Amino acid sequence: MKSGPVKLSKKDFASDQDVRWCPGCGDYAILATVQKLLADVGIARENTVFVSGIGCSSRFPYYMNTYGFHSIHGRAPAIATGLKVARPDLSVWVITGDGDGLSIGGNHLLHALRRNVDLNIILFNNQIYGLTKGQYSPTSIVGTKAPSTPVGSLDYPVQPLQVALGAGATFVARCIDVDAPGLGDVLARAQAHKGAAFVEVLQNCPVFNDGVWDPVTEKGTAEGRQIRLKQGEPLLYDGGKRGVRIRPDLTAEVVMVGDGEGQVPLAEIARHDEKGSPAYAFLLSQLLYPEMPIPLGVLHAVDKTPYDQLVAQQNAEVTAKRGTGDLKKLLHSGMTWKVS
Amino acid sequence: MTEGPSTRRAPRTLERVVVRFAGDSGDGMQLTGSEFTKAAAAAGNDISTFPDFPAEIRAPAGSLAGVSGFQLHFASSEIYTPGDAPDVLVAMNPAALRTNLRDLVDGGILIVNTGTFTPPNLKKAGYDKDPLADAALGQRYQLHRVDISKLVNAALDGTDLTSKEKGRCKNFFALGLMFWAYSRDPESEISQIRGKFGKDERLADANVKAFKAGYHYGETAEMFQDVVRVEPAQFAPGTYRNITGNEALALGLVTGAHLAAKPLFYSGYPITPASSVLHYLSNYKNYGVTTFQAEDEIAGIGAAIGAAYGGALAVTASSGPGISLKAEGMALAAMTELPLVIVSIQRGGPSTGLPTKTEQADLLQSLFGRNGECPLPVISCYSPADAFEAAVLACRIAVKYVTPVILLSDGFLANGAEPWRLPDVDAMEPFHVTHRTSPEGYNVYARDPRTLAREWVVPGTAGLEHRIGGLEKDALTGAVSYDPQNHETMVKTRAEHVERVAQECGPLDLFGDDEGDVLVVGWGGTFGALRQATARLRDQGKRVSHAHMRWLHPFNPRLEPVLRRFKHILVAELNMGQLLLVLRAKFLVPAIGLNKIQGQPFKVAEVMEAVQKLLGEERRRAPSQSGDISTQERAVQ
Repeated sequence: MKSGPVKLSKKDFASDQDVRWCPGCGDYAILATVQKLLADVGIARENTVFVSGIGCSSRFPYYMNTYGFHSIHGRAPAIATGLKVARPDLSVWVITGDGDGLSIGGNHLLHALRRNVDLNIILFNNQIYGLTKGQYSPTSIVGTKAPSTPVGSLDYPVQPLQVALGAGATFVARCIDVDAPGLGDVLARAQAHKGAAFVEVLQNCPVFNDGVWDPVTEKGTAEGRQIRLKQGEPLLYDGGKRGVRIRPDLTAEVVMVGDGEGQVPLAEIARHDEKGSPAYAFLLSQLLYPEMPIPLGVLHAVDKTPYDQLVAQQNAEVTAKRGTGDLKKLLHSGMTWKVS
Repeated sequence: MTEGPSTRRAPRTLERVVVRFAGDSGDGMQLTGSEFTKAAAAAGNDISTFPDFPAEIRAPAGSLAGVSGFQLHFASSEIYTPGDAPDVLVAMNPAALRTNLRDLVDGGILIVNTGTFTPPNLKKAGYDKDPLADAALGQRYQLHRVDISKLVNAALDGTDLTSKEKGRCKNFFALGLMFWAYSRDPESEISQIRGKFGKDERLADANVKAFKAGYHYGETAEMFQDVVRVEPAQFAPGTYRNITGNEALALGLVTGAHLAAKPLFYSGYPITPASSVLHYLSNYKNYGVTTFQAEDEIAGIGAAIGAAYGGALAVTASSGPGISLKAEGMALAAMTELPLVIVSIQRGGPSTGLPTKTEQADLLQSLFGRNGECPLPVISCYSPADAFEAAVLACRIAVKYVTPVILLSDGFLANGAEPWRLPDVDAMEPFHVTHRTSPEGYNVYARDPRTLAREWVVPGTAGLEHRIGGLEKDALTGAVSYDPQNHETMVKTRAEHVERVAQECGPLDLFGDDEGDVLVVGWGGTFGALRQATARLRDQGKRVSHAHMRWLHPFNPRLEPVLRRFKHILVAELNMGQLLLVLRAKFLVPAIGLNKIQGQPFKVAEVMEAVQKLLGEERRRAPSQSGDISTQERAVQ
């Protein structure tokens, strides 16, 4: 990654286009955090590309003063894969949503993750289709009343983090749209990660699904409903009063922490390990409100050579072995004969 | 081999021969056919091949569905097609006889492996009784009964091969027999076999033994009255190789990228008959080629769009239903005006259709199969070797006009082979691709006044950061625009941009006079049959010409005046009349169609008959305005 010669500010990453999201949309906060992050880490604007699909979140590239490609519904991971393989020198970001990434584009997301293409994928999860006026999405809870489900949705939702882990993602994290420090830290990690980084952002749609994340994000109650993941630290929350213990059958339970009656000693509380087994990461991803506190931060981060790098290596190895191809020789290969 | 050709009687000379090998999918007929093709090419014959095989990898042994065929036409004069009907049929089992005999010319040579004519095999082929017992067969054809199965077993006696492995050598016996019959050099084939089975000496030995056994059998059994020789054809001076359409296409893409001085990025999803383009290109990594096997057809074009945006020469290929899936991506590439080559190797449709058979029924899909007003340049390949030229042209148009280009081929061209005169790469004009680097006065949709191409600015260029996408954009700045007038301007500009490609069309490919009684109009892989039929009709003094269309959109501007100078326009296509529809709509001409939808190429005779019918009708009465001719109709008559 080449660094820009001049130190840029957050403003330098804002395009000249008017931002057209609804007032109060969580996307504004994410945009601001990303703009600040890029200025802070000092990536050159010209070496940064935002690729998106379709949906409210996918308008994101228009508001970034970098290279940007607003593509077609669900296909951003495929387009970004081609771009990154062709141009490994670029920092490539994918902006998607719960409908774009997990419904119409589920297949591309799966394969970008399992190939471990060096992309930063941010999935804005607001549990609703905003741009098409409020239909329920694949992450909506059962019973969601929406224009297409007036008496409540029936299908079981998908958990984005579980999809990512199941696909073999090497970096999996979750954040909240308006939590600028938390989001900024995770995105900085995602940007530095070599390979596919998947970040779910709990994002509020004030128009069609207002407050859907409030139970886990609202100040005052959040303390008792969130676990802030820190590498090597016990899974504690609620001011350290409660914690998560892993049972021998690989299920999690919430326990009171301490040495008193009915309490569990700190030593028995699971310690967070980003590089732990996928089984552990998957267990974390199953902690769902209201039964459990939800984990925030980096669930899983392991090193694995990214696909784009493997492609470049293989091309280089073959070229080293066979020599740079001579087109004339290639055309004349096989059985040839001369006519004079 | 100890016995040389000197022990033979003087061979009889023929100008052309059509041979068909037919057997079970597992009998190795494709290999036998391509080996015999190589020998014909090496002997300097002009050749044209037609492999015809089922979609199933191994249909049940002995079944009609499992019959695989390979037809080779070799000649001492210029030929354009694999031949209408075989002069020689090698039938390795009853099913092969049953499905192929009807094509053999009367008096033709019929070689049958009698060892497979067992009651169960006869039953599988639907024969109540042994067809070889019918004396009429021997009267109608020159029938040669050879128990290849037994002879191969005997030849391989004493080896440690299993009977299954021995059975797999039968095809080389048949090949040996044909080498004898057509005076081919057996030594070169023996070294070919050794090369092919290189590592497995056991199998190499066995196949060489079977091949020699077949060759000697031909000689000692005196099964043919005389052996045949087809003299070398007169070719233009140069170096030649035998090539299939898909290999030529792959080499054309590599050459296109070379001329553009760009890395080639090729992404695709496995589909018949396009897959081998991916196979070929994946072997060319040291030629600046990156291949990507995508998770689906949509990702195939998606990744290509991403790579094109990044500055590579990007290509994706597919067939039929796969092209349907790419439609949305094509429209995005059209909207964002990125250079991209989309190869459509047509097969029988609709839906899964006939995956291994040929058809030209995706022309309208190429012209119109996208949402909105979305024209794209569409060009077609004429012949297997021509796929090289067409691929180079597609690459040139894509980068020069900064546009997606659709390149049409078909299953017949993809797998068929012919001699290819190798081009001089050094003499080919480079494409001179440039990327803007100056931020001064840059507008995303500012255009070159001649080509109307926008500038291909690639990420990584400082000061030119901009956004593109599928939403309608301002005609100059590229900002999102919903302005009504701007939309109309952009729709018309995109269409005009594609029309400007007509500047590249060059002369019309017109064979014969530019006026006359019948103009045969075709496009794509029917070239050979149409050209040959026209040539024969002209030899008979008929006022017939043939215009073959490289450009399906935009049309060559030189086409329309020629159309108007003929009494009849016969549009010959392997579909229900797709080009016909467009020609009639665009030029309001009373063209009629010659249409065949059987998964098979035109026969020269079918085309000649259709033209003769038109000429005959002209003598009898006024020309018909709507009497389209189908080969089906002809067959029923």
